[in-house]
Amino acid sequence: MSQPFRTEKGGRIDRAAQLTFTFDGEEMQGHTGDTLASALLANGVHLVGRSFKYHRPRGIVSAGSEEPNALVGIYRNGDQTPNMRATQVELYQGLEAISQNRFPSLGFDIGAVNDLLSPLFPAGFYYKTFKWPKSFWDRVYEPVIRSAAGLGKPPKNADTDVYGNLYAHCDVLVAGSGPAGLAAALAAAETGAKVILCDEQAEFGGSLLSEAGASIDGSTPADWIAATVARLSAMDNVTLLPRTTAFGYFAHNFIALAERVTEHEADPDPRLPRERLWQVRAREVVIAAGAIERPMVFPENDRPGIFLADAGRTYLNRYGVKVGHKVLVATACDTAWQAAFDLADQGVEVTAIADMREAPPENLISIARARGIRVEAGCVVTGTLGRKRVRSALLGRLMTSGQVASGGQVDCDAILMSGGWTPTVSLYSQSRGKVVWDAAKGVYVPGTSVQHERSAGAAKGLYGLQATLEDGYAAGEEAARAATGKTAVITRATATGGEAGSGGTLGAIPHDRNASRVKAFVDYQNDVTAKDVQLAVREGMHSIEHIKRYTTTGMATDQGRLSNMNALQIASGALDRPVPDVGLTTFRQPFTPTTFGLFAGVSRGDFFDPVRKTPSHDWAVENGGIFEDVGQWKRTWYFPKDGEDMHAAVARECKTVRDSVGLFDASTLGKIEVVGPDAAEFLERMYTNPWKKLAPGRCRYGLLLNDAGFITDDGVIGRLAEDRFHVTTTTGGAPNVFATMEDYLQTEWPDLDVWITSTSEQYAVAAVQGPKAREVIAPFVDGVDLSADAFSHMSVREATFCGVPCRLFRISFTGELGFEINVPRRHGQMMWETLATEIGKHGGTLYGTEAMHVLRAEKGYIIVGQDTDGTVTPQDAGMTWAIGKKKHDFVGKRGLDRPDLVAENRKQLVGLLTKDPKVQLEEGAQITVSETPATGTPAEGHVTSSYYSPALDRTIALAIVKNGHALEGSTLYVPMPDGSIPVEVTGTVFFDKEGARLNV
Amino acid sequence: MKRYSFLELAKNALSAHKNWGRQWRAPEPKAAYDVVIVGAGGHGLATAYYLAREHGIRNIAVIEKGWLGGGNTGRNTTIVRSNYLWEESAALYNHAISLWQGLSQELNYNVMYSARGVMMLAHTVHDVQVAQRHIHANRLAGVQNEWLTPEQARDYCPPLNISKDIRYPVMGAALQRVGGTARHDAVAWGYARGADALGVDIIQNCAVTGIRRGPDGAVEGVETAKGFIGAKKVGVVAAGHTSTVMEMAGVRMPLESYPLQALVSEPVKPAFPCVVMSNTIHAYISQSDKGELVIGAGTDQFISYSQTGGIHISNHTIDAICELFPHFRRMRMLRNWGGIVDVTPDRSPILSKTPVPGLYVNCGWGTGGFKATPGSGHVFAHTIARDEPHAINAPFTMDRFRTGRLIDEAAAAAVAH
Amino acid sequence: MLLVYCPYCDVERAETEFSCRGEAHIARPADPTQTSDEDWVDYLYMRSNTKGLYAERWRHIHGCGRFFNAVRDTVSDRFLKVYKAGEPKPDLEAIAKEAGK
Repeated sequence: MSQPFRTEKGGRIDRAAQLTFTFDGEEMQGHTGDTLASALLANGVHLVGRSFKYHRPRGIVSAGSEEPNALVGIYRNGDQTPNMRATQVELYQGLEAISQNRFPSLGFDIGAVNDLLSPLFPAGFYYKTFKWPKSFWDRVYEPVIRSAAGLGKPPKNADTDVYGNLYAHCDVLVAGSGPAGLAAALAAAETGAKVILCDEQAEFGGSLLSEAGASIDGSTPADWIAATVARLSAMDNVTLLPRTTAFGYFAHNFIALAERVTEHEADPDPRLPRERLWQVRAREVVIAAGAIERPMVFPENDRPGIFLADAGRTYLNRYGVKVGHKVLVATACDTAWQAAFDLADQGVEVTAIADMREAPPENLISIARARGIRVEAGCVVTGTLGRKRVRSALLGRLMTSGQVASGGQVDCDAILMSGGWTPTVSLYSQSRGKVVWDAAKGVYVPGTSVQHERSAGAAKGLYGLQATLEDGYAAGEEAARAATGKTAVITRATATGGEAGSGGTLGAIPHDRNASRVKAFVDYQNDVTAKDVQLAVREGMHSIEHIKRYTTTGMATDQGRLSNMNALQIASGALDRPVPDVGLTTFRQPFTPTTFGLFAGVSRGDFFDPVRKTPSHDWAVENGGIFEDVGQWKRTWYFPKDGEDMHAAVARECKTVRDSVGLFDASTLGKIEVVGPDAAEFLERMYTNPWKKLAPGRCRYGLLLNDAGFITDDGVIGRLAEDRFHVTTTTGGAPNVFATMEDYLQTEWPDLDVWITSTSEQYAVAAVQGPKAREVIAPFVDGVDLSADAFSHMSVREATFCGVPCRLFRISFTGELGFEINVPRRHGQMMWETLATEIGKHGGTLYGTEAMHVLRAEKGYIIVGQDTDGTVTPQDAGMTWAIGKKKHDFVGKRGLDRPDLVAENRKQLVGLLTKDPKVQLEEGAQITVSETPATGTPAEGHVTSSYYSPALDRTIALAIVKNGHALEGSTLYVPMPDGSIPVEVTGTVFFDKEGARLNV
Repeated sequence: MKRYSFLELAKNALSAHKNWGRQWRAPEPKAAYDVVIVGAGGHGLATAYYLAREHGIRNIAVIEKGWLGGGNTGRNTTIVRSNYLWEESAALYNHAISLWQGLSQELNYNVMYSARGVMMLAHTVHDVQVAQRHIHANRLAGVQNEWLTPEQARDYCPPLNISKDIRYPVMGAALQRVGGTARHDAVAWGYARGADALGVDIIQNCAVTGIRRGPDGAVEGVETAKGFIGAKKVGVVAAGHTSTVMEMAGVRMPLESYPLQALVSEPVKPAFPCVVMSNTIHAYISQSDKGELVIGAGTDQFISYSQTGGIHISNHTIDAICELFPHFRRMRMLRNWGGIVDVTPDRSPILSKTPVPGLYVNCGWGTGGFKATPGSGHVFAHTIARDEPHAINAPFTMDRFRTGRLIDEAAAAAVAH
Repeated sequence: MLLVYCPYCDVERAETEFSCRGEAHIARPADPTQTSDEDWVDYLYMRSNTKGLYAERWRHIHGCGRFFNAVRDTVSDRFLKVYKAGEPKPDLEAIAKEAGK
């Protein structure tokens, strides 16, 4: 075993389970229970990445999810996932990790030249330069900047992993499982409340996992955790979610959790999702997110080997890893001393404890002395040396004058630093709570609760093991009571040790170096220094948001969790305003970066959006139908026969319909059943047309406007009885028409006695169109006299089709004799197959939506949404005939009287014929008066529909043209890139203008 | 104003950057101004800049409740394009494009306008018709826009999934090559610095609490957190808060303010060369110079001033992004945020005089105001200075909702049949 | 994802079961033919868009299908009152005062 920095014993790793992994191709060993970070450190690897801007060598700083530096790519299945925090990656056999943002190698990175040029690259430098020459920004400067920026390389291949999604409800959600979280979960659970406890780490316990000295109820912290977790997991009302981050706190106590299910395993079970999204509606929330330690902002505080003090302690006590053989502890607070003591107790040489406080607590000093540790009070680190790993530190003595005097140099291979603790208020802030400044502690803590939550323990700035436990119990109890009204006698544990420390500092550490030469980093990942923050203030950036955006401090992947408070203090100093006056940037979700796949969940492929299929779908697939997407529907576009292209297929389908007969699936049309004594009155008010005098058994084309006066939908409406109408709508418009009807009915005319029901899915509809349509359906239809006289155009009957009840319409969207048969959907396939077989016997055809479009265009029937676009009135569309002239009101009537809707020169629907019958216009093409319009010429209108018409053996088009109705017979132009196409304005009906073919 | 240049940067490096001056002052308000602009977002600052620069009005204040550029200017997905359907819109946004092209030089501030191309995907036959209509209309109007086949679209944007087997296959795309992105903060800061140098007072952290009108009904000034500030003319450019501010002058607006979300991924090396938008499946995406994928999500269904939104809204957008770019599925969301967008009934802005003499309003940009920033400020300055609209913004009146002369970009993409 | 109470079903359900239909208490003029263009545009488009308490319409679209009204604080998104369609508009100021207690 070659893990030179591994301790002899201790820690929570499984020393018997040896794992092999690689970092940048180099093979190393670690243990089950290690993170990638702890395993690297055990192997003496400190340099793990390069910084964003200056490409400075960087090492591991923390032991948690706040890690800004140790971001690596993890290879798996031939692809890599970038920017994984080594401190959170659990080690598994065969793990392959690579360093990022370096070229050609981590040790020798060309980008590091930026560090030498850094005087040219202060905060916001890019706003001041790269402006000349003008064309160079996106061609030269930007590509260079872009390739230098970024961290890891994005994945190359489509992700094949799956992601799960769960909704959950609970009484109490506890986020975080340190002492406060465990206590809260236990207290809440003991009342019988339904509890979810989640923690981002693999094990529950939080800070207790690194605690060596304390005892709880006489047990070691580790034993207490084990016993507590065992109790919780034995309770039916508790759900335990390790490796689960509460990342988003939304309105109405809706909390999103990200559970990492298989990422940590060498051979994940392929049946399991990689991650799982939990969307939890919690009655009450306990935020037990703890606190994180602040770095100290001293010059060269970013070298590999410089850690947060508590991280050093965690690596030692939890992972059995020494961060160095010769460690300097630099601190402003008590807790780092404990790290020094733990290290010394494990045989690590602690070269000194440099505490910037004048008089650190006497008891700590004596404990240090007892261990033979040199103690320097009023002493700060003023610089460090060592390129790829720290090798010595410069010390400085704080003078009463505020100046710093040189305090010599100490050799070290690691520095542990602590600027004090920052409560993790992210989730509280996301819940829209306003943090308040605690001047005594120098931290922001949660203020008043806005939602049903409370913070507990270190998350609200409360420290000390016993106090934290008590606060946790109280929070859990209170949350349970608020959620369920229940209480219980809570079993409370008592702790000794783990006392709260005091002290802490914010902002830049004073030093005796040349301030303009040194870099003291505030935001490691984004390479933001104290000088950058000061420069931003000097340039007039006085809002913390401006400072953040100008310097990019707090915008790295840790979202400023390490940097915000120090940046704030530096800004406060530069602005000469107290910290709370400078403000704090808002914490946003997600708490830590969260996989896109998690959000997308199962919404992929066919599940991306539901597919709506008609009863003929499978049959059409088998018979070679080509489909188009119309909203969520799959509709058959055309049915090519052997070797036919689309044009040939559509031409054949159209011709066959006109010559004999065609079968079309019209099931997607919206259908609404309007029933009740006031049904006719209701339709009278909704549609432009009159309905009261429509006789039962008759149909009428209905035109629907909005109250602004513009066409929104249309469809044939049949009256089945005095009090019953069968309304059809466009396919895409169905939900809106139904919602609009409900809206008017429920909120404007609640006095009307009408019920409306969406029946779009209830019926399968087959349209049989063509001269032979009657012959085709006759053998199957009973209960209706199909003769022209008895069942004329625009009629409806209730009948049977093959014995199945049906609604039979005699209507036409082709201009031919036509029937639409509505049968209950479950009989749709039977109907379709019956008719398809029968059609074949008559030399007929199946036709799809494209032929349907051609056939209706030949007749000048509009398609709402294609020939109209939401700005077209019935008059514009040449459909004044559809307006009930005697009606006092209908939806849209008043709108139609508005000034612009009655103005001259409105665009109106016309037909267009190209002078050359072979030339087909492009839909959407513009129309001008001039053959050679100058650029910027306003268009007279545009082509809305354009097809080759087999019936006319020429092209036809519909268009919206300014004043079009008056222009019939005149010539206009359709300007195209290769010249204008002359067109003649015509009426909109191209075929069978008299409509003789309909009435046979 | 000290000019910014590489030389200046190098010079200042020698003095450790200690001699840079303020980009803008932090003045106390004067008793009165010729013009007060309410709202120091990009549009408001640009208005002040052009008023000072092109109309000789120097006695101007821009009053901002929070920090300048902190509203939608600093919260959008930075897309710039002008391939709108209606001539009125195309003219407005194309005017903006022409200003974008020289803006870094004009302001002596690198706003990083990057014409990397905006590609709008078509997934259905109807989408293709709509896209073609746009392209034809744009060609006539002199607005660059062109059709790409799915293969051409993939060549332009290699990560794009053009498989025929996905739920909504890509049937083609409309590409506007002069479209792209710009650096949102820099636009606000560049205009602020430029306006400040021309004497404009930018007063931050000063909420407007009232609009005072004289006996004749005309505007006399604004009540603010720092007292009354007199003004001959007041231009309201308050985005999501426009209804609230206009209410102070007794003017009701045809606006609703919705939360709009956007999000970024963790930064990665260059992975995405352009801007891709899909209206049908609700996604738009680009990559910032820093390396973050910048993704625009949708609005919630209810009005809100909370600057947050529901998770189901961003889920839906990420669904679409992962469908079009399946290898981004393993990327991670770094930060999600919300803005408040003011939406008009026809989804086009209002840049107009109002029934109140001396009161002007610039609002209703909905989800797409950033791209118009220079053009909007330019024509709105003209409107305020001359008390009559510029030819370009003349159609964008409030009165169009009464007359029915809408400029309905949304309806033009209506889906039915 | 808001949690919405339906006063007809007497249940709280996720927002995705509901459709928000804009400001409440905007009645279609009783006789549109007697309504001026100005009043018609008020009905069609003018909305209070209040920052604060707002009475708005919701429909339990994937439930009972019925419309009801709710008073919501558009800053915090909290619902303060839910009532059935047809009931009079509540006194928003009084509700605000009550909530402020």
